[in-house]
Amino acid sequence: MSEHVVTPVKTYVFVFVALLVGTLLTVLVSEVDLGWANNIAAMSIAIVKALLVLYFFMELRHSTRMSALTAIAGFFWLVLMLVMIMMDYWSRHAIVLPVPGK
Amino acid sequence: MASSPLVDRHGHDVHGGHASRRHPAHQFDTMEQQKESSTLGMWLFLVTEIMFFGGLFTAYLVYRTLYPAAFAAASSTLNVPLGALNTAVLICSSLTMALAIRSAQVNWRKGAMIFLVLTMALGSTFLVVKAFEYHDKFVEHHVPGHILNTPFHFVLEDAREASAIAKLDPDYQRHAEIFFSLYFIMTGVHATHMIIGLGILAVLLFYTRRGKYDSEYYNPLEMTGLYWHFVDIVWIFLFPLLYLLGAHLHG
Amino acid sequence: MDTTVARSPILPTPETSFERPNYLNAEYGWKSWLFTLDHKRIALLYLLSVTVFFGLGGIFAGLIRLELLTPEGDLMGPDTYNRVFTMHGIIMVFFFLIPAIPAVLGNFLVPLMIGAKDLAMPRLNLASWYVYNLGGIFTLWAIVNGGVDTGWTFYTPFSTTYSNTYVVPTALGIFITGFSTIFTALNFIVTIHRMRAPGLNWFRLPLFIWSTYATSLIIMLGTPVIAITILLVAAERVLGLGIFNPKLGGDPVLFEHMFWFYSHPAVYIMILPAMGVVSELIGHFARKKVFGYRVVAFASVAIAVLGFLVWGHHLFVAGESIYSATVFSVLSMLVAVPSAVKVFNWTATLYEGSISFQTPMLYALGFIGLFTIGGLTGVMVATLGIDPHVHDTYFIVAHFHYVMVGGTIMGYLGGIHYWWPKMTGRLYPGFLSKLSALLVFVGFNLTFFPQFILGYMGMPRRYWSYPPEFQVLNVLSTAGASVLAVGYTLPLCYFAWSFKYGKKSGDNPWGANSLEWDTPSPPPTENFYTTPVVTHGPYEYTREGVHNRTTQEANFG
Repeated sequence: MSEHVVTPVKTYVFVFVALLVGTLLTVLVSEVDLGWANNIAAMSIAIVKALLVLYFFMELRHSTRMSALTAIAGFFWLVLMLVMIMMDYWSRHAIVLPVPGK
Repeated sequence: MASSPLVDRHGHDVHGGHASRRHPAHQFDTMEQQKESSTLGMWLFLVTEIMFFGGLFTAYLVYRTLYPAAFAAASSTLNVPLGALNTAVLICSSLTMALAIRSAQVNWRKGAMIFLVLTMALGSTFLVVKAFEYHDKFVEHHVPGHILNTPFHFVLEDAREASAIAKLDPDYQRHAEIFFSLYFIMTGVHATHMIIGLGILAVLLFYTRRGKYDSEYYNPLEMTGLYWHFVDIVWIFLFPLLYLLGAHLHG
Repeated sequence: MDTTVARSPILPTPETSFERPNYLNAEYGWKSWLFTLDHKRIALLYLLSVTVFFGLGGIFAGLIRLELLTPEGDLMGPDTYNRVFTMHGIIMVFFFLIPAIPAVLGNFLVPLMIGAKDLAMPRLNLASWYVYNLGGIFTLWAIVNGGVDTGWTFYTPFSTTYSNTYVVPTALGIFITGFSTIFTALNFIVTIHRMRAPGLNWFRLPLFIWSTYATSLIIMLGTPVIAITILLVAAERVLGLGIFNPKLGGDPVLFEHMFWFYSHPAVYIMILPAMGVVSELIGHFARKKVFGYRVVAFASVAIAVLGFLVWGHHLFVAGESIYSATVFSVLSMLVAVPSAVKVFNWTATLYEGSISFQTPMLYALGFIGLFTIGGLTGVMVATLGIDPHVHDTYFIVAHFHYVMVGGTIMGYLGGIHYWWPKMTGRLYPGFLSKLSALLVFVGFNLTFFPQFILGYMGMPRRYWSYPPEFQVLNVLSTAGASVLAVGYTLPLCYFAWSFKYGKKSGDNPWGANSLEWDTPSPPPTENFYTTPVVTHGPYEYTREGVHNRTTQEANFG
């Protein structure tokens, strides 16, 4: 358990710096118009930052599999909700049924 | 290293509430079982928080998909430097929170207190900056709904930009209002969570001062840390989604 | 029996179990109840609360059926009728069906069934009861002030913009009560994971625990979504926002997506615990191992997971895309599979079992039949070709009452009747209880089967008047409701009576082979005198045990 493992201060500081760098990066990238790639870049950076917080600050590194599974399940369910609701909106004009007589 | 936290300055044995550091609560057999249970419990609670904020992210994604131009325009009126500063502040507070827990782990009570105070200070800074941002939105008439006497009024200063957006989305003002509705609700719910977190941190600070936590028992600090880091993660996603949508419009 | 439990040196007889300290007589006084941390007492507190709400919801149901006796709207005006059916729905769904089995039976039984002294977080458990009542107070306040007229589904923009009733207090009441269920579910998940007795691995758990666990998963993942939806509705209403208002650029269908993302899994929150109860009842009253234990256990989890993927079938005619509708239709058919698997397994358990038609078994058997009808009609309405014709008609009303009343409530009553001796150490009158079960079954079918026909013939739901040609079926339905009311009231009377005057049951009146029966009835506060060590799964009935009915018949009146 994490109570037997003490993370060195250095590790925390490195993660902190990485998170700040990520923030800077995301701001810089957003100022350039890359179309769709802007979204991908922003979300990718955010996901990496979140993973850093989860793994190091929230000690998933030293936690039980149950904790990790719980966290994964939570995010998976969020993605499920997002995707399946967006499924409706993305497909609203995709299939147009034939109108009788036309 | 600080004096042993097992006794306070009067030499009295200091015990925790319903479960002392040496004995688990009556329904548990070992301290290990108690700790694992509370950890699992906190992660499960965070799952509910993921889905709670997730509903807001869903609404955001839907309307951003429907009204991309209006959302970009509205987003461009948010203060990116302040938002980035707040992001840095929160990230820093996560660092201090982790260091507070670490201090308890190594029996450094004073360090735990210092880092807890720093975390609270940084969290408060975040809220103060947020208040300034809200004020800006109020002044610019970007507060949605009819609760305030100043009605919502979204106008882009740059006339070229305004006509370009109007071509893409004739109804862009109404759609911008939806952006701001989501902005206020998402950051408002987030801020509420921060305020609750500050309250919990204050309680922890009080107990840390009393010497309740040490390397054998620091679970409440750890659990609060999980909550605090989670609130940080929410902001990590809120910042780019709310602030950086229209950043390239003025770039 | 192989389960090793240290027994008290005194062989438990009906009288001595009672005189021995148990959780009921351990402490007296209102403070010992209102500040209790004992999961068993909290279960009884919940029993009281949910019964009150059930009665209130039932009164509203009675008003609906009274109005619908005649084709004209003569008992009340249309606005009042809207409020009546809305409050019936809100109270029954949020304050009875969702909490009843988990908060009453789950709270009581989970620690007992896994050999633990209490749940993982007893204070959270007590908090959940208080939060439940706090939410209830908000809703009751709204009722007293005229109720809400939006339907329990409070679709936008009517609920956010046009309704003139107390939407926000009611919505807040539901929001608060949602936390109550989350606390309970969290407690259950942690307890089941971390506090099982030695030797009790996952596949030795009673199926009621599996169902409770699956239910708790749904609660954790789904409830927050309706919480945020409610918050958005309240914000929109109070602040004049346009998130769900088409006039302001909002999309009402988004509301429906977010609402049903929770509310569909919610119906699995309602049915899974009842299925868990039925698994227990079928196994113990057929004196046989439940057929296909692992399959039934996995089916519970499958229902929980698949239940999250089907909510779009509530939006077939709401304007969701045809592509989306097709996906949801297929997934909805898929979710019927694990439910049907359970029905097959229960039936197979009965085959060559030694069946005893005690009252709990009557409810369990009734459940199987009625749930099957409800479930099959569910597959019917999941079909894209049928749903547009029956949507918003009484066909839908009949469908969901078959699963929620014919399913959940029968399961709940069966469970209460089965575990009543465990909870109180008392028996209830045998004949009266069997009569009540029969009245419930007959009354239920008389109430709701005509509604299938009415709906198919085109009678819309939520209408306070109807064409005269529908009257005969409506009268039958109301008559059935009266019988049902008697069937529900009788248990209230004889259970209350049995608390004081019921025959003492002894520790195990059913002769059931399961961990919760290995401790006295009513149990001591700490549940077990020493931690049990489990060496085999549940429902281990031997050939000899099957024929040993004496324990069952002798003690029971």
